[in-house]
Amino acid sequence: MATKTEAGIPKPVLLDLHRRMVRIRHLEENLGRIASEGRVPGFLHLYVGEEAVAAGGCAALRDEDQITSTHRGHGHLVAKGGDFERMMAEFMGKATGYCKGKGGSMHVSDLDLGMLGANGIVGAGVPIAVGAAFANKYRGTDLVTMAFFGDGSTNIGAFHEAANMACALGLPLVFMCENNEYAEYTARERVMAITDVADRAVAYGMPGVVVDGMDVVAVYEAAVEAVERARRGEGPSMIEAKTYRFYDHAGVQGLGRTYRSDDEVERWRARDPIELFEAQLSKARVLSKAAAKKVHDEVAAEVLEAIEFAEQSPLPDPATDLLTDVYTETGR
Amino acid sequence: MSDANGDSRRIITYNQAFNEALHGLLAEDPDIFVAGEDVGRYGGVFQSFAGLNKAFGDERVVDTPIAEQAIVGLGIGAAAMGLRPIVDLMFMDFVMVAMDQIANQAAKMKYMFGGKATLPLTITTTGGAGLGAAAQHSASLEAWLIHVPGLKVVFPSNPYDLKGLLVSCVRDDNPTIVTLHKAMLGSKGEVPEGLYEVPLGEAEVVREGSDATVVAIGRMVGFAEEAAETLAGEGIEIEIVDPRSLLPFDTATVVASAKKTNRIVVVHEAVRSGGIGAEIAARIQEEAFDYLDAPIGRVAAPFSPVPFSPALEREYLPDAADIADAVRATLDR
Repeated sequence: MATKTEAGIPKPVLLDLHRRMVRIRHLEENLGRIASEGRVPGFLHLYVGEEAVAAGGCAALRDEDQITSTHRGHGHLVAKGGDFERMMAEFMGKATGYCKGKGGSMHVSDLDLGMLGANGIVGAGVPIAVGAAFANKYRGTDLVTMAFFGDGSTNIGAFHEAANMACALGLPLVFMCENNEYAEYTARERVMAITDVADRAVAYGMPGVVVDGMDVVAVYEAAVEAVERARRGEGPSMIEAKTYRFYDHAGVQGLGRTYRSDDEVERWRARDPIELFEAQLSKARVLSKAAAKKVHDEVAAEVLEAIEFAEQSPLPDPATDLLTDVYTETGR
Repeated sequence: MSDANGDSRRIITYNQAFNEALHGLLAEDPDIFVAGEDVGRYGGVFQSFAGLNKAFGDERVVDTPIAEQAIVGLGIGAAAMGLRPIVDLMFMDFVMVAMDQIANQAAKMKYMFGGKATLPLTITTTGGAGLGAAAQHSASLEAWLIHVPGLKVVFPSNPYDLKGLLVSCVRDDNPTIVTLHKAMLGSKGEVPEGLYEVPLGEAEVVREGSDATVVAIGRMVGFAEEAAETLAGEGIEIEIVDPRSLLPFDTATVVASAKKTNRIVVVHEAVRSGGIGAEIAARIQEEAFDYLDAPIGRVAAPFSPVPFSPALEREYLPDAADIADAVRATLDR
């Protein structure tokens, strides 16, 4: 029988949560590093600081369950089981990437993993999650869809339409809000008259809870409850995870900006979700500091291999690849 | 089926053709469902969906909130999971409300995901003016839609094509948009009883002639046929080409007709500026410039929103007389 912590979560789950977060962190830190060296084209929205939300949310799901994501979507794909090599190749616009280099960071996806796409339009993934959840119910399965979205997307119409429709139709959908307190470069309190996004849940007729988004166990436990509720056919729930972006909306600069103070960034960084969790795990004798370091080292090596793979990979061929994949050939 | 006169042709309305196609499709494939505002218990604002909810239940003929973005999103997510949704946007003007989901999500998903996504999604809507529905319920937005790589767009001009194009769209593995013209819902034509397909991307030469070609879409095809009768009385024989499918577009059939008659008039109900007529004219001159004996004429609505008053709306809409005038003008050169 699996060892349990005081929280009652089996040890393998705790280690899995830890590894998912570490995987996100190393991918993103390395990506930020090579991007600032000019080795990655386009825009990057890094997930560093928010790892507990993707890890806690996706660990509550089965492999066959689906998620929708956002412009800050790398963490969601990693947490759902994304492959570093194919991700890194996609970020570099290579033919071996998840999207053959046609999507990039903002559209990285793997439908086989139930990851229905990062999304360049704020809030636009949520209606698509409604459709996936509808399909699960229509087919009589007990699969669940989890929509990840930020605080900023709860101000856009598509979110409200989707939340109302999901509740009206009683769909197996979990609304997972990553409230990182900033909509791009604008503070939440300057564009929202409420403090807790979860307050909005009651307006649609679903439960809404606030959790500490830097505490992966808190996110996981809330997600398990919401997912199981959806699986039982009891409809949608909303979870608001209070979290923080260690870097800017885009790019890797975190400090010295006008829209938020360095003090604030440092206060949040002091609550690094991985460091907090490792302290907990060490204290509970689930994972020693040495064992944690081993996980970091393994993952870091894997990321470096992925970068190597991506850099060695061919670019797409404009002569053959530019105009393919616009339409599906309908074969009947 | 035959009537009292022994006529074996089966004549039904445009709206009935749509309705029976849906009945047939839902009966044929359990992965097909219908969702939209008022389409369930009420049967749709034009009763286009009448009887479907009763026949197939709330699970497969789904009443939704008034929420066009979520309606299209519902279709996208369900299609990505392998279902074949038919989602309705009631009035084509509401396409604009859902344009992010249509153009940024549905149309681009396959390409953005490197070919992995397959979206057998059909969007139905009613377009066009002529019913006094005013500026926000009378749109003809085909030019907006054909500008979006990844979509397929059809504009049926008669009951037979409507049924066959709808069947083709629903069975197609791409996002498609079927626009019914709301002033044609009661128009009649011969329609076979079972399901059949009108292929996407194939124009139809609906009348053969040698003096000029009229390329007309949607409701304008009927007006072109009226104009053809008038012109025939003057000794002018026009050829009428109905593209039926606007994306993909059957350029070859239009160009072949242009090479035959050497004089072209393009007709649509949407405003002339930036309309599909400009695209059709451009394609003709690219491929048949040396065959043209006159500039390509365009008959379309003037550059204003659709007016309400019947007096204004009549003037606004292109009609058979406008088409006949344009043909005479192109022949006078």
